[in-house]
Amino acid sequence: MRVIIIGCGRVGAQTALLLDQRGDHVTVIDVNPRAFERLPTGYSGITIRGNGSDEDVLRGAEAEMADIVMALTEGDNRNVMAAQLAKHVFGVPRVIAKINDPLRAKAYRTLGLETICRTNILSSALVTAAVDGAAATNGMVEEPTAEPMRGAPPPGSRAAAAAEGS
Amino acid sequence: MYVVVIGGGNVGYYLTKELLTAGHEVVMIEKDASRARQIADELGSIVVPNDGCEGRYQEQAGMSRADVVAAVTGDDEDNLVACQVAKMHFNVPRAIARVNNPKNEQLFRRLAIDDTVSPTRTILGVIEHEIPIHELLHLTELEGGELEIVEAQITADSPAVGLELRDLTLPEGTSVAVILRGSRAIPVRPETRLADGDRMLAVTSAEREPELRRLLIGD
Repeated sequence: MRVIIIGCGRVGAQTALLLDQRGDHVTVIDVNPRAFERLPTGYSGITIRGNGSDEDVLRGAEAEMADIVMALTEGDNRNVMAAQLAKHVFGVPRVIAKINDPLRAKAYRTLGLETICRTNILSSALVTAAVDGAAATNGMVEEPTAEPMRGAPPPGSRAAAAAEGS
Repeated sequence: MYVVVIGGGNVGYYLTKELLTAGHEVVMIEKDASRARQIADELGSIVVPNDGCEGRYQEQAGMSRADVVAAVTGDDEDNLVACQVAKMHFNVPRAIARVNNPKNEQLFRRLAIDDTVSPTRTILGVIEHEIPIHELLHLTELEGGELEIVEAQITADSPAVGLELRDLTLPEGTSVAVILRGSRAIPVRPETRLADGDRMLAVTSAEREPELRRLLIGD
């Protein structure tokens, strides 16, 4: 499938790489060319420097042929506009906008956008981890892979008191 | 009228000032706290010092009883979202957005923004009227931006110069509205022959515009 990703931050870059490795046709857009340094050398997709909420830039990315557009920049409003541009001007069948304000995300779902909201995802995962443990979060909260290095705990700390008591 | 102005830059500031002078009730929402304070010091406590795209600050500004919202920040994205939130949550009868990238006007209209104002397009229009250029001039939009009225200047180099209208293969959905010769409108008939200096006003759609431009002005 043809995917356009707007915003090459950590999330955008990793999503681009994973889809690229699956064999999808990936184009990443970012205003800052240095952002593309986040893509590893193995990435074989396209990068375009430009503003993803600019019609001309999306046209240059062949948005009219895209199966899905994901707007993943740091700005909620920029994502909202880029997503609506993709949907309404280029007729892209699926658009996903990252909207970190849960209220705004809810409002835009009523206008036909798929949304992903960091606030909702993190808070629900954290509540689950607190109540049922990290294992119950389906990989969203990850358990440590090794014990911490052992050394004398700082004097007066809770760990020091526990060590003394044992 | 009750007007909520979003954005306290130069446009928002002077707009608010003029509206107040004209006797309207105005509340401004400005994100930058020190700018908000500065404006409040001068114009009175009519400034909500917060993000105008957020519903709760729009509520604080009394958006539910506003007749008009004018989003005039320097960012098209923010203006779009502010207007959409005002429409969605508060049913504001009229939302006006400042648009910096003229290409966004059509998108905004399609997204139920009632009016858009593009300083860029306005200035472009003035310049295009001042200096001869070889493009189609956009005069106005019809049917919410689906159709537009454009003006083509016929010159000695135009592919259409010297042709009769019946010889022109106009793009689909395009029609010639009027032909101006000097300061006179001349009849639009199949046998009307286009001459150097004529100006043709035509109704067309955005997609067909490049085709029309090639036909009348050339590449």
